[in-house]
This record gives sequence, C-alpha cells and structure tokens, in this order.
Amino acid sequence: MNEQSRPGSATSRATKPGLAGFAAGVRVAWSEADEAALAAGSRVGVGVPHESAHLHVSGAAAYVDDVPERAGTLHAALGLSPVAAGTLLGIDTALLRAQPGVVDVIIASDIPGANECGPVVHDDPILAEGAVRYLGQPVFIVVATARDLARRAAAKARDAVRVEPAEPVLDPRAAHEAGRHLRAPMELVRESEPGACRRAIAAAPHRLAGRFSLGGQEQFYLEGQITYAIPTENDGMHVLCSTQHPSEMQHLVAHALGWRSHQVLVECRRMGGGFGGKESQSGLFACAASIAASRLGRPVKLRLDRDDDFLITGRRHGFEYDYEVGFDDNGRIAGLVITMIANAGHSTDLSMAVLTRALCHADNAYFLPEVALTGHLARTDTQSNTAFRGFGGPQGALVTEIILDSIARRLGRDALEIRCANFYGRGARDVTPYGQTVEDNVIAEIVEQLVRSSAYHERRAAVAAFNATSPVLKKGLALTPVKFGISFNVPHLNQAGALVHVYADGSALVNHGGTEMGQGLNTKVAQVVADALGIGFDQVRCTATDTSKVANTSATAASTGADLNGMAALDAALAIRGRLAAFAAERFETGIESIRFSNGLVRIGGTSISFADLVRMAYEARVQLWSDGFYATPKINWSPQTMRGRPFYYFAYGAAVSEVVIDTLSGEFTALRTDILHDAGRSLNPAIDIGQIEGGFVQSMGWLTSEELVWHPKTGMLLTHAPSTYKIPTANDVPAVLNTTLFDSPNREPSIHRSKAVGEPPMLLAFSVLLAIRDAISAAGGHRVDPPLRAPATPEAILDALDVVRAGGDAP
Amino acid sequence: MTQQKIRFHFRGGIVAVGDLAITTTVLGWLRESAGQCGTKEGCAEGDCGACTVIVAELAEAAPPAGAVRVGGLDLRPVNACIRFLPTLHGKALLTVEDLRPLAGGALHPVQQALVDCHASQCGFCTPGFAMSLLALYLDHQGATPPNRQAIADRLAGNLCRCTGYRPILDAAERMFTLPPVAFDAAPVEASLRRIAAETPPAFSYEAADPALAADGVPRFNRFHAPRTAERLAALCAEKPAARILGGATDIGLWVNKQFRDVGDLISVNDVAELRAIEATPEGLTVGAAVPLEDAWNALAALVPECREMALRFAGPPVRHAGTMGGNVANGSPIGDAPPVLMALGATLVLQQGGTIRRLPIDAFYLDYMKTARAPGEFLRAIEIPRPDPATRFRAYKISKRHDCDISTLSLGAAVTLRDGAVRDVRLAFGGMAATVRRAAAAEAALRGQPWNEVTIAAAMNALGADFTPLTDLRASADYRMRVARNLLRRLHLELTASAAGPALRTRAVPSGMMAGAA
Repeated sequence: MNEQSRPGSATSRATKPGLAGFAAGVRVAWSEADEAALAAGSRVGVGVPHESAHLHVSGAAAYVDDVPERAGTLHAALGLSPVAAGTLLGIDTALLRAQPGVVDVIIASDIPGANECGPVVHDDPILAEGAVRYLGQPVFIVVATARDLARRAAAKARDAVRVEPAEPVLDPRAAHEAGRHLRAPMELVRESEPGACRRAIAAAPHRLAGRFSLGGQEQFYLEGQITYAIPTENDGMHVLCSTQHPSEMQHLVAHALGWRSHQVLVECRRMGGGFGGKESQSGLFACAASIAASRLGRPVKLRLDRDDDFLITGRRHGFEYDYEVGFDDNGRIAGLVITMIANAGHSTDLSMAVLTRALCHADNAYFLPEVALTGHLARTDTQSNTAFRGFGGPQGALVTEIILDSIARRLGRDALEIRCANFYGRGARDVTPYGQTVEDNVIAEIVEQLVRSSAYHERRAAVAAFNATSPVLKKGLALTPVKFGISFNVPHLNQAGALVHVYADGSALVNHGGTEMGQGLNTKVAQVVADALGIGFDQVRCTATDTSKVANTSATAASTGADLNGMAALDAALAIRGRLAAFAAERFETGIESIRFSNGLVRIGGTSISFADLVRMAYEARVQLWSDGFYATPKINWSPQTMRGRPFYYFAYGAAVSEVVIDTLSGEFTALRTDILHDAGRSLNPAIDIGQIEGGFVQSMGWLTSEELVWHPKTGMLLTHAPSTYKIPTANDVPAVLNTTLFDSPNREPSIHRSKAVGEPPMLLAFSVLLAIRDAISAAGGHRVDPPLRAPATPEAILDALDVVRAGGDAP
Repeated sequence: MTQQKIRFHFRGGIVAVGDLAITTTVLGWLRESAGQCGTKEGCAEGDCGACTVIVAELAEAAPPAGAVRVGGLDLRPVNACIRFLPTLHGKALLTVEDLRPLAGGALHPVQQALVDCHASQCGFCTPGFAMSLLALYLDHQGATPPNRQAIADRLAGNLCRCTGYRPILDAAERMFTLPPVAFDAAPVEASLRRIAAETPPAFSYEAADPALAADGVPRFNRFHAPRTAERLAALCAEKPAARILGGATDIGLWVNKQFRDVGDLISVNDVAELRAIEATPEGLTVGAAVPLEDAWNALAALVPECREMALRFAGPPVRHAGTMGGNVANGSPIGDAPPVLMALGATLVLQQGGTIRRLPIDAFYLDYMKTARAPGEFLRAIEIPRPDPATRFRAYKISKRHDCDISTLSLGAAVTLRDGAVRDVRLAFGGMAATVRRAAAAEAALRGQPWNEVTIAAAMNALGADFTPLTDLRASADYRMRVARNLLRRLHLELTASAAGPALRTRAVPSGMMAGAA
C-alpha cells in the first residue's frame, strides 16, 4: 500500500526481472486511496489521470493534423537552403511552379508585412533574404494541392536556389575566438571587493583549471511542427498551431501580414510534446502558413516532415566551458571563475534569456563566496538554438557539478562530501551570486533522506568491491542535488489570465492562457477549479487555448504553467464562488462564513443543496456566473544590467543517486539503478508530478548520454536529423531500478495550494548518471586521473576518456 | 483485364481501394483518405513507432516463428508509415480505433492499463504503444504474462519523449491483471478467405502517380504480388527493371524521404516458397521473404548466441515487416544479418528464371551497395549450416543506443579450437568497410595458432591491414578500429572465461552482483 499518508501514490518503483532484492513495490496507478480521497471531496493532491488520457489511448485526442480539413485546403512545404552560408543569388521559381500540383511559390519579397519571426530581437527572417545563414534555412514556400506534392517540389531547392557559398563557421569555440557573437558578453560577478575572486583562487590551498564540452539536444517532440491557417471574414485568420505560445504566434502572424493583432486568432488544444521547441520556433511555420493562406484566400496547412523539422529548427544550446577554481582542504570553494560559450546558432531567438538562466544556475545548490561568471553567445552558421526544458539552467548547473567532482578526485574524497560541504546554508552562506537570499533551502534534508533511502554509503563500498575484481566492467555511483529557480527571468512574463464559466446546469468550462503539451496543466487547472467550486471532475472541462479568450498570455514555459494559470483560474473560480456564497447567504438568510462548497454540495447553515441547484437559483436571480481571473507573481524583480535582483519566486529542490556500469572495451554503459527524491511542494497531483520527474530525468539522461548532434564539418549539414541517427532513450535505457519519491513539504511561498513547479527542475537529476559514468571511468584508472569526459557520454566519448585515465595522464 | 483493387479487412468489413499511387503508405491512406487519424506520424521512417498498426493475415499451416497467432490469423505490429498500401491486399488492418470496439465499447485492457498507470502525457506516441501492447497482450492470452525485460524488448520500436517509460512498462504488466477481452478472429478470417477466393493467382495493381506526372500526363506504376516462386521468377525475367520489394523498411524511406521513383514493384511477401523456414539436420533454410522476427527467432534457436543481436536488430515493428532476405540483398555495409550469416558460413540461394545457383555469402558483396545479384535474379533463400559442435560463436553489436539503432560496427565470429589451437576461424565485420566482409589478415593471424593473448594481440594488430574504416555521424574511424580490436579481446576473454569469473557484459550483470540490493 501507499507509503505516503496523502492520497495518490507519491512513490513509484519500477523493477526489471533479474534484479533480486527489489520488490515489485508501489506503482503509480489509480488506487483505492485515490478513490477514497475523491469520495471525501479532495480535488487537489489527488493523482487523477490526465484529463485526455482516455482520448490518448483511443486515438481520439485531436492534434492539429487530425482536425478535418476544410474543402479547398492547400498544403505548404518549405524549400531549404542547401548550403550553410553564402549570398543568395536567386531562386528559380519557374522551375518550382512547373512541378506537379504546385499552386504557388512564395519568396521573401512576397511577404506583405515584416519578414521577421524573432521573438525578442528582430534578426530572424521567415524566409532567407540576401544571405543564407544555415543549411536548412527556409528560402521559399511551395503551396500545392497535396502535401506530398508540396514536399517534392520543395525538395527541388537544391536545383532552384542559387547561392554564392561561403565557408561556414560551425564550432562555437571557433566562432567565439573569431569574435562572432550575437550580443555583448554577460557578466555575473559577486566579489567582496574588485578582483577578490582571482585573489581567492590564487590564495587557496588547492587550485584546478579545466575545460568541459557539452552538446545540445533536440526536443524531439513526437508531433512535429504544424500550423493550419484558415482565412476568415473581413481579413481575419484562424490559426491552428501546435505552440506553447499562442499570443506570440498571434503577434508574429499579424506582423508578417501587416495586420493588427485582433485580426488573428490562434488556437491550440494540445501539442504532441513541446519541451521548449514550440515556444518561439513554432513562429516561422505559423507565419509561413498564414502568409500563404492570406495570399491565396484558401486554408493552408504546413506540417513539417521530421527531417525538415530537425534541419530548420534549433534546440538546446550546447555549451563550452573554461573554469578555474580555488578550494580548501575540505573541498570548500573559495573562488570560482567560469567562462561559458553558448552555441546560439545563426540568430538571437531566446538565447539571451537562456544564457541569463545558465549564469543564474551555475551555483546550483552551492554557496559561491567569490564568483565571476562570463557568458558569450557564439554565432555559428547553424540552426538557431532556442528553449528546451531547463532553458539554460541545466547547462549552468552541470559545469559546477563537474568541477566539484574534480575537486573530490583531487582531494581523494567522496564527491558527496564535497557537495555537502558547499551547500547553501541557512541564515549564513545563503545569498546567490545574483543577490537573492535562499530562504527555502531544504537541500540538506533531501540529500540526507536520499543517502539513507538509497543506501548510498553501503553501495559506495559495494561498487569499490566490485571494481576491485572486475577488469572489464567498472561501476560508478553518484549523488547530485538540484536547486532550480522558479519564475520567468523576465519579470513581466510572470502573469496569467483565465476565464471560468459556470453554466446554468452547474457544469464549468475553464479557459486559461497556458497550453497543454502533455504536462497535465489542464488536469491541474481543472483540479483547482473543481476544488474551489467543490464539484466533481466530470463537471469541469478545459478548452483549447485561444487568443480570443485570454489576451496577452505568456508562453507556457519556465515550469510556470500551473503556478500562473492555476492561480488565475482560482481567482476566477473564487470570484464566482464568492458571488454564489453571497447570493446563498442572502437567499437563505444565513452568515456567508458558514457556507461550504464540497463534493457537489453547498452547505448553507444547517441545510445542504446541490451545486447545480444553487447555480440555477443564482442564474434566475441574475447573478454573474462567469468570471475572469488574473495573477501576477509577487516579490520578483530583476535588473539585466546589473544581473541582480530576485528573479525567482522560490526554488524547487531534489536529488538523485545513480549507479551505472561501463564496458571498458567498447565504452558502452548501462544505467542500473536511480533513486530520486524530489520537491514538488504540496503536490497538486502526485501522479502527474512523478510523471514529470521521471520523464524529465530520462529525457535529460538521453541528452547527457546517447543524444549526439553531428554536423558535417565542411558542409554544415546536420547529419543526425531523424530518429534513425539521433538516438533518444528507449524503454530499455531506463535504469532497471527507478525509485521516485516526492519530498512532501509545502511551498514556503503561497503558491497554488503550496505546490511547486515541476517541469524543468528534474532535468538536473540526470547529472547523477553522467557523474556516475565519470566515477566508473575514474575507477578504471584507480581514481588517480580526472576523466576528460565530454557530454553526451557516447560509447566513443567514454572510451576516449577511459584511454586517457588508463594511460595515466592528459589527453593526447 | 479489369482493374484490380486493393482489398483488405478494415473496421469489420472489406474495403476496396483503387486510384492511389502504388507507393501510397498505409498511414497516408488512413489519415488522408479514410479520415482515420488515431494513428500518428512521428518520423515517417519506421523509427519512432507512433504509427504502429497491426496487420493480420491468414495463418499458414506451420506455427508462426514470430507472429502472434490468434485463431486462424497471424498478427504482426508494423509501421504504417513505410508500409505500401497494396501490400495489404488480402490482409486485415487493425488500428488504435479498433481497440474499444474489441472491448464492446469500453476501454480495452490495454487502454485501461495505460490510463490507470498514467502512461500517457502528450499522448502522441500512445496509439502506437497501444498497438504494440495489443500484440503483446494477444500473444500471451491464456499464458504466463511476460516479464519486465520481455515487455521492454517488445516496446523497443516505440519512442516516448514524455513519460520516461516506467509507467508504460507498468501498464504492460497491469493489462494482464484486468478482466480479459478476447479477440474473435472468425469474422476477419472469413473476410480474408473471401478476398483470397476472389483474387487471381497473381495480384497486380496499377495506378497513376500524380507526383510522377510529366507535362501533365501522369505515370502509371504497377505493383505485383505473385504467390509462387515460379510466377515470381517469370515476373523478374519479364521485368528486369522492376524493383523487388520485401518489407519496404528501406524502400519506404526512398519514397518518403528521398522522393525516389521506384518504378514497378514486385513484392515477394506472398510467395509461399520464400516465406518458408525449413530446419533440417544440416541446418536451416530461411526463405528470403521470411520476416526478420521469424528468421532471427529460428536462427537464435539454432545458434543461441544470436539472441542478443536478434533483439537489437531494429525494433519489433521493423522486424515484423522487414525480411532477412532484404537485409542481405540490400547490400548495406551496416546490415546486422550479414556479419552473423558470414561467420556461420551461410550460402545464398539465387534464382533467375528456372535456374538456381548457390553462392557463399562471402562472395555476394562486391562494393558499396553492389552485390553479385544479376538483373532479373532474385534471392530465394539463405542456407545456414548447423555449426560444428566444436565451434564457438559470438555476435557483437556496438551502437550509440542499445536498442533499435544502426550499428557503429558489428562482428560475427566463429572459432573452432582443437588442442588449444585455432583450427578454423571466421571473423565478419560490419561497419568497417564499404561492405560487410571478413577480416582475412586477422583470421590468418589466428588460424593454426595457439588460442592465447599473444595470438589475439597479433590478430588485433592485423585488423589494421584488413580495414580502413570511415568517420561518420556514428563514430570516428579511430573508435571503430579501437573497438574492432577490443572485440577480438572480448572474444578471447569470453571463450576462455570461466562462468564464475568477472562479468564481461554490462547488460548481463547477474542479479547477485547488483551493489547494495536493498
């Protein structure tokens, strides 16, 4: 039975056969405890299934491409630049128009408004104009009678696009050294006095300097980018788009068409995954489809083929790091200097915010007394890198974990000791480099609990014993912590709106500005509304996100979906409940404070009536039964000039222990076991939160191990542009034993029901896998040599590092 | 001749489809013509499994070596995105929308378990998982449910980017605990018998392809599905330019991704002789059109050391569609069957008209994607001799991801020892040259020599004379050479190690060796 007292299973265990000693354990499945809690009236804190689960499993959940097409619908495809850099000399549109089924060909000069889809900085053309900036950049739009015909015509780009080629710059270090930057460097420095950081390093008993290289990551949402644009009356456009940011799509489409925002309606019922890849970069496709639809006066659908999706859109920024650290005999950091070079690709996109978050997460869970961080945005002739779950946070935090691991090896100590020695304190050593005091620090408790529950120390000894007698296989073990700041780094984005309608039959319809990409946002918001009105889930329905309902929404990003939209929906629901209560108090001549809404009933003094009955009476008494709701996150502020402020409302915490085994002949690795303890505050839905934690962990493990991006060194062609060549984890890559537990503790801040955001922080949990691999490699050299392991730790990367540690020294 | 239509069982009845290009995919038909959008496109190359559907056909007499047998039907999960619609003729198609009707309108146990275990997040991969799970469910009716490892192996062809898989694996266990729902094969069988009775001996389908129109005049391509080797031989002789189609797991990509004009197609999938597996005292004869799943199962029964390679060869939907003959005849340097077959000393049976010739597989590969197959000639079968009891065999595959990945390099090795010396050895590498081929110099360094570390070191060194591998997206040339050499070291270690010695494979760590089992 459930180990937690709260309803819903807060612990999951998964086992594979052949792993004796691990009980089948508690699984996250709909349980009697959930049933009981629901019957008792609980609506939040319950592990209700995803609101669309029954549709997902039936093939009845409609994604954009599943919406029946209007008569006369045309299909668009994009013609891509066949070279990575150069001057665009011309486009043979006659050749393209002569292809079977082609109705129209659109080039940059045909765009009625701005040829621009950059979300922040206007350096992102919809179609290449003048120059081409990466191999795969859209150069023209083909519109044809069928999708296959459009794609075939677009593939003629190789013959139709004439470019004077230039030598592409693909490597971020080379770009950095050549001075190719998209923006001025960002500096986040906190020193007791100018120059103190360097002096602290110089004066420290021990010093280390090093480099680390970290690859990018493709979102690999299962549903590729898609927009279906339908012209409507009076110069309007109804845009069905798989996007995390309908308002941004609305602005971009209006801009591209030279229209006002009120002419464009963007709608998104659900996405087949987003992960950040549909935050800004759905824009190009929304614009292209809308331009074609507007020009032809017919509905136009643009659904990308997977290879084109890889070739056109950007992904998680790969980072290069140089660092220097000074530390004492206990491994406590005295001074830390890190230079980060982010591979931004050809345009700015969201890179400034990504780099800001990277800099703000370099501390992870550690107090850095003297610290100087510099970030560069290297401009390479590749896809423009963008948001990806974690948004720079993982890139910032990982390098510090690598550094602490190296410190431990230098001192001959267990890395866990070094991590604990550097944790933020309470009341002292508790101010982040950007000046925010860490007020809700629970990292020590989490780590302490996890060390016990995972038998860390016993297993450390067992790993050493195994390695002593195993020449070919080596095991590794690592525990890594998570502290992740929650809120958009840009304060004004931290706002949300919602609409709640209560119909006269007592059913409720909820609309909010957040988008559903699988994370269960609509489920959580429905829970919040059901809880506020005291009604069942069958009485609450969430509708598609729609820019004509809630205006000026923020992207569903930065893990803030439930925090912001849950609060806005609660605001709306409470307004309605307040009116109903006031009406009931008056009608039944009782005190408003005695009125309770629970389980479909309204208790009024000594009597009780159904919610539906009260609603009908209120309707007849002309009480407003719908309301808007609004929320703006309090307390936050940020100065991008000084890189100081309180960018985060609160922090989410967690930790993971992973054990791996590597094959020293081939460099292959296998994840054996991972134990996770993660802080989702007082969870709104433990089942959904565990799903986010484990899903994020596995996704991040893929990033750090098997998901390798390879560009052709000469042509700049992305060679890993499909699942045949870009390898995300499969069911057999998940640790054979995966124990996930929620650290059940209310948010210190009054967030929605004291829950915490859970989308992105778990990305840091998979650091434990990479660090465990490092530990295993280190074991092959008797722990004398720091493994020069790059990420992703592919078999080749592992074997390269093994060869260095076995040779006993530096890389050749 | 009247125009034949593609007829198959779908949603409880027989549908007849005409006028669609012969390379129309099952997925394209479902979504664009039939308005059935439950099945999703994730990659259109058979690598993500979002489009997984089940294709059923009338069971042949012998028990299936790989298909799911229900009543008189053989069911196989396949990728709809690379399956050409004409190959459905005479078969039945089941998609995610069929699940609830199977359960009388309620959620089928496969679906209910997915809901109960929170196994869908964005839901886009879910229909494909549901269909792979349905195949697993039907495969274990009235039998012991599969264990967790077996479940994961059956899901290796389905990618999920949201859940981290744990809840899906849980659902696969849970579905067997829910009240069972039976699958009534009889109406489907009746449909398929009716279609078979009404189909002439050689199904042939012709349609215009709008994509291949020249000056507004559409091109007609023809799809042939002969049922006998004799008819196949005649067709190949008549149309030497026509392309022989196996499971389309590669040719499907030529169409979807490269827009290649594949011309007329001759499908070998209904040719009875090419679908047969024959086990004899001398060994195994695998018909060229035997699905990979069945072929590998048979091979692993003969040579158990093939089992890991069998499981790691693509994913189940590709193994059920693709054929071992296709993997061999395709000529790719990174095919996983050829190194194994070469090490086992397999012989290829090639047929041209009425003439049959036998060729050792070693002699089949001439150059990159070039083989000794003559125009109009087709691969009929693969003969695999039963290994000498004194011969030890190993198959190694190295890839970035354990499952469903293309090999960085692979090795099939057969070593025969006598009195501590190497009497004979066959080392066939994939991914090391323009073709799969044997490491002649390394073999020579071993043959007749004592089986010890000195000899192995010499063989490792000799690989430098055998191969000059390439650098590509999978690995550098240097990595390939280092690991090729290390695989010889592993071969030596494994063939000399005692069972009680230290473990040598990461995936085979015995349970007792797990640290800190709590």
